[in-house]
Amino acid sequence: MHNKTLSELSAALQAGEFSSTELTQSYLDRISSLDPQINSFVTVTEQTALDAAAAADKRIAAGAAAPLTGIPLAQKDIFCTEGVKTTCGSQMLDNFISPYNATVIEYFNAAGAVMLGKTNMDEFAMGSSNETSYYGSVKNPWNINKVPGGSSGGSAAAVAARLAPASTGTDTGGSIRQPASLCGITGLKPTYGRVSRYGMIAFASSLDQAGPMTRTAEDAALMLNCMAGFDERDSTSAQRDVPDYTANLNESLEGLTIGLPKEYFGEGLDAQVGSAVEAAIREYENLGAVVKEISLPNTYLAVPTYYVVAPAECSSNLSRFDGVRFGYRCDDPVDLEDLYKRSRGEGFGAEVKRRIMIGAYALSAGYYDAYYLKAQRLRRLISDDFKRAFEEVDVIMGPTAPEPAFGLGEKSDDPITMYLSDIYTIAANLAGLPGISVPAGFVNNMPVGLQIIGNYFDESRLLNVAHRYQQITDWHARAPEQFK
Amino acid sequence: MSLTQDDVKKIAHLARLSISEDDIPSYEKELSNILNLVEQMSAVDTSDVLPMAHPLDMVQRLRDDVVTETDHHEQYQSIAPSVENSLYLVPQVIE
Repeated sequence: MHNKTLSELSAALQAGEFSSTELTQSYLDRISSLDPQINSFVTVTEQTALDAAAAADKRIAAGAAAPLTGIPLAQKDIFCTEGVKTTCGSQMLDNFISPYNATVIEYFNAAGAVMLGKTNMDEFAMGSSNETSYYGSVKNPWNINKVPGGSSGGSAAAVAARLAPASTGTDTGGSIRQPASLCGITGLKPTYGRVSRYGMIAFASSLDQAGPMTRTAEDAALMLNCMAGFDERDSTSAQRDVPDYTANLNESLEGLTIGLPKEYFGEGLDAQVGSAVEAAIREYENLGAVVKEISLPNTYLAVPTYYVVAPAECSSNLSRFDGVRFGYRCDDPVDLEDLYKRSRGEGFGAEVKRRIMIGAYALSAGYYDAYYLKAQRLRRLISDDFKRAFEEVDVIMGPTAPEPAFGLGEKSDDPITMYLSDIYTIAANLAGLPGISVPAGFVNNMPVGLQIIGNYFDESRLLNVAHRYQQITDWHARAPEQFK
Repeated sequence: MSLTQDDVKKIAHLARLSISEDDIPSYEKELSNILNLVEQMSAVDTSDVLPMAHPLDMVQRLRDDVVTETDHHEQYQSIAPSVENSLYLVPQVIE
């Protein structure tokens, strides 16, 4: 069962080939026997999963099933889940049992999906390797000495290891696409505002966006159908209708114009990754697409701009963790300031503290104009690059990450080198554009991802473009040896 | 852009973070490195560029001025570190 895609499982459940209870038990068994090797789950919700599966079986029997009814899913531990520990990968929230559900979780519950558990992640989604988690590193299923990427590393590893048919992730600077690339799965970051942020623990509110992590683009379309939509509880939720994302999957790519930004194929890109991406683009030419070289001249400013905007917003968002209302509190505080400082100093890990401090500095009196305001001006330049490009091309393609998965511990002592793992993904967050990573080959037996960036709210086209490629290639169907 | 150890202490205070004396030299180095990375921003002339606060052109939504939230204080306070009579307890602030 675990080698079937979400779409195949959905059809099999509705045809009565097996029950959701059997399917859910089979994934729970795999998690208990295999997850100790990769540490992709923080919490496994066995009993609630089996209860939800039993309810789904009744719904299927009654003929009232939705496409995700009875499908087991893994949820990133950034989404609040009522009655279930929601840690965000941090000691700060190690004791936090959420009193309510994120909108995304409510949508999945309403569809009758089954939550298997909560997946490991970089602390507060700050990291590109999953090594900043309070619950320990996640290991890449393709080689357990390598990182899975981050911050949605647990979600990516769980899907790659066939411990769940699909999972959710969040992407602030690449946190869906980069781990999808490093683990050989499909990961979609929708347009900013497409999926509700309500109940998704905030990192950088003008960048954060949730999306699906799956084996195939077709599965991502089914997941996005459930996740997307306007939510009045999110002040930046997009008030637009949600199309059926599966409707255009099979459209022809004849005449599709693909833009290749020359800045994405220069210095810093691993040569073999570059070759894999170029081979993928030749497949698109075989499908009838036309390739055009373009320039996104402000690309070099994306990382510096991001490392002002994201820390500034994080320092503001994370001020809510004060040791008073929920989460970690230090022992025996002598006064209120000591309570704040030690609860936060002890409850947060090193990378989170670094980013809070950079943000506090960038927002402090006398520095606001030089840092945050300056970064917001550059953000417009970066965004305008894309606007110009999309006047000439339908989608933009390039590598998702500059190299395949690196070794555990290899970059954890050097924040700057780690930050450069996201050089190709960050700009889409700053502009608010959707992007998808699809498996496009292997370098030294580790997966490589092709990134496809689309225009605002053009997720249907991204999924169509990804799906057509997956019909003529089988990179997305490969499984790591120990997890077949 | 290089920070001093005193800058690090001041920033940590602004952010209400206790950090140990032993960790200050590494923060000094790492935060300075990050500021050097973002320093590239200052070379670009942006005097005519409007700041972009948000990716989408949208206005703040308004809603009817009616009560929509119900009282959940017992549920929300059940996960607080210290509560008495529906009040969050902290060390004494007023003598």
